[in-house]
Amino acid sequence: MQSSHQEQNAHATIPKTGIWKWIDHRTGIDGVLRTALYEPIPGGARFAYIFGSGLLFIFISQVITGVFLALYYVPSADHAHTTVAYITKAVTAGSFLRSLHAYGASAMVVVLLMHLSQTYIYGAYKGRRELLWLSGCALFALILGMAFTGYLLPWDQRAYFATAVGTNAASEVPLIGETIKRMMRGGTEMGTLTISRFFVAHVFLIPACIFSLLASHVFLFRKAGAAGPTDEDPYEPQQKVELFYPRQVLMDLSLTALLIVALGLLCFFVPVKLGPPANPADAQYVPRPEWYYLPIFQWLKYWHGSLSVLGIMVIPGVLVAAVIALPFLDRGAERRPWKRPIAMTSYGFVMLMLVGLALRSQYLDKHDVGVAQQLAKQKTEEDAYMSKPFEPELSSASLAAVNTKLADPVAAQGKTIFEDHSCNACHGDGGVGTAAAPALIGESAKRSTVQLQELFAHPTAKMTAGGMPAIDLPPDDLKALIAYVESLQ
Amino acid sequence: MCAWRRESAIMPVKTEADGSPIQNRRSFLEVWAVLGSALIGSLLAVPLIRFAVFPLLHRTTELKSSPLGALSEFSSITEPVMRTIQIEQVDGWRKAISEKAVYITKDRQGQLRVLTSVCPHLGCTVPWNKERMQFVCPCHGGTYMPDGGYISGPALRGMDTLETSVEDGQLMVRFQYFRQLVSDKEVIG
Repeated sequence: MQSSHQEQNAHATIPKTGIWKWIDHRTGIDGVLRTALYEPIPGGARFAYIFGSGLLFIFISQVITGVFLALYYVPSADHAHTTVAYITKAVTAGSFLRSLHAYGASAMVVVLLMHLSQTYIYGAYKGRRELLWLSGCALFALILGMAFTGYLLPWDQRAYFATAVGTNAASEVPLIGETIKRMMRGGTEMGTLTISRFFVAHVFLIPACIFSLLASHVFLFRKAGAAGPTDEDPYEPQQKVELFYPRQVLMDLSLTALLIVALGLLCFFVPVKLGPPANPADAQYVPRPEWYYLPIFQWLKYWHGSLSVLGIMVIPGVLVAAVIALPFLDRGAERRPWKRPIAMTSYGFVMLMLVGLALRSQYLDKHDVGVAQQLAKQKTEEDAYMSKPFEPELSSASLAAVNTKLADPVAAQGKTIFEDHSCNACHGDGGVGTAAAPALIGESAKRSTVQLQELFAHPTAKMTAGGMPAIDLPPDDLKALIAYVESLQ
Repeated sequence: MCAWRRESAIMPVKTEADGSPIQNRRSFLEVWAVLGSALIGSLLAVPLIRFAVFPLLHRTTELKSSPLGALSEFSSITEPVMRTIQIEQVDGWRKAISEKAVYITKDRQGQLRVLTSVCPHLGCTVPWNKERMQFVCPCHGGTYMPDGGYISGPALRGMDTLETSVEDGQLMVRFQYFRQLVSDKEVIG
């Protein structure tokens, strides 16, 4: 009956003329769109079903803003922070797009929780929907992975220390914990290799997995069919169907519009901040994760010593396993929440625990004077950094780096001698080297002061052949010249 | 964005008109959905486009002019005077600062001109030789007149003149590199 309804509709909607006909004959696009739009929904369109396409919208928005951010971002400990500062402070609309990407991650987690809750409360995982549920669980994990890996990339204090804590938590896993931590960090400590790894995961690996799993999630959803309201049979839907288009489409679009307006206003009026660059030596910094990791953060605080395996591995492990195995454990066809006391009680309990842990963590931060002060200080430092204009990064070849080392007056005097005796004619200004003579930068690492003195007094045959004269200077001047050459790094 | 897929999907339906009231109400909704999505979609594209074309509308690479000193300082010079300038070159989010020696001298009409000390032969730094009243390159013996003109040596042209300007009585110079071993002055980069 459904299919005849669809066909009827289809006949009515295809205009067999013009460019559309031309394209359709070559692509079959009309059929594809019909399949997409005329999905039957038992019991009719409802606002409860809007979260899936809301997630799809945010995901696409994340992909687009992410690709654009990559126009300026460089994943290395040297440049990551500068390039994010450039995006935030210099590039037109940069702060807005970065905020859209960062708040988008939070929005994703919120809508993901709504989608999960709706599926759970409606019992929509029942009735041959095990694989659909499993792909959803995997997508959940991948999105949390995206949030975790993306958080480090700006390489500011907040990002650095939150990720240091996050990767440290992995080392609590028995036996392989240390290996996991090193695998994530690309070594024992956090550094430029960590950024590369997180960047590759954030930009290549996890998105590739999300794309393919998303495709299977949508495919499995269409294969199983929309589950409909809670009093619908999960195996053989009985209720009158309404097609996805137009009412459900409009309902879905209303969530999209709400998300656009909410995110747009938020990004415009409260843009995401960038703190001062990561300083691993800062022993005072109090790291705090993003809000959606607060429950885990707080939970980990309670488990130390011999019990830590229980708290960090066993309990979360059982919980995650239970969530994954849900459609295999809960096999009944009953979907009405009030007839599923165990499922609903566990859901309520877990949600209350998560909210409670997050609130507890906030409460403790507010009431520990030392922590509260430090957090306030960190916020002030962030604001101070944000109010400064963008300052380009000094390239490593810059002479300014050399000049700062010339705080030593002896070396400064040596520089004058270097220029007065036209040493710079062949060795270049600042000893950078020319076609006529090699660079002097880094010479101090190769030769000792005594060796340099010896070379200055008695150049080698090769040096003489290249035009290097023996240097005959008063001892003080020679000392100054050597001090200058040694300062060139 | 994701609404785009729907917009195009709606188009074929829109042309259908069997006159039933339900279809009219549908068409009305469709028009609003399409217009709304198109409007929102194009609004969302604005920050993306502005972000991407930023380097087209703003200078992201810049070679800044460097100050040489007050113009009056050089009015009565009788031979080339050397000054070391700091050159700041901005390149997107990075900048390079280097130092170069330049000579302030006068041309035949007595106008101030600034010469780069980079030899047009192979790029050695050319010092001024007070005794010979010539620029003499220590690398391959090229010699140049006080105004930079070619006298002798392996170079194919005289020393290169730099672009100058005057700002608030300060003589400013814009340092540039020129191709070596050619007879015409040709800017690199």
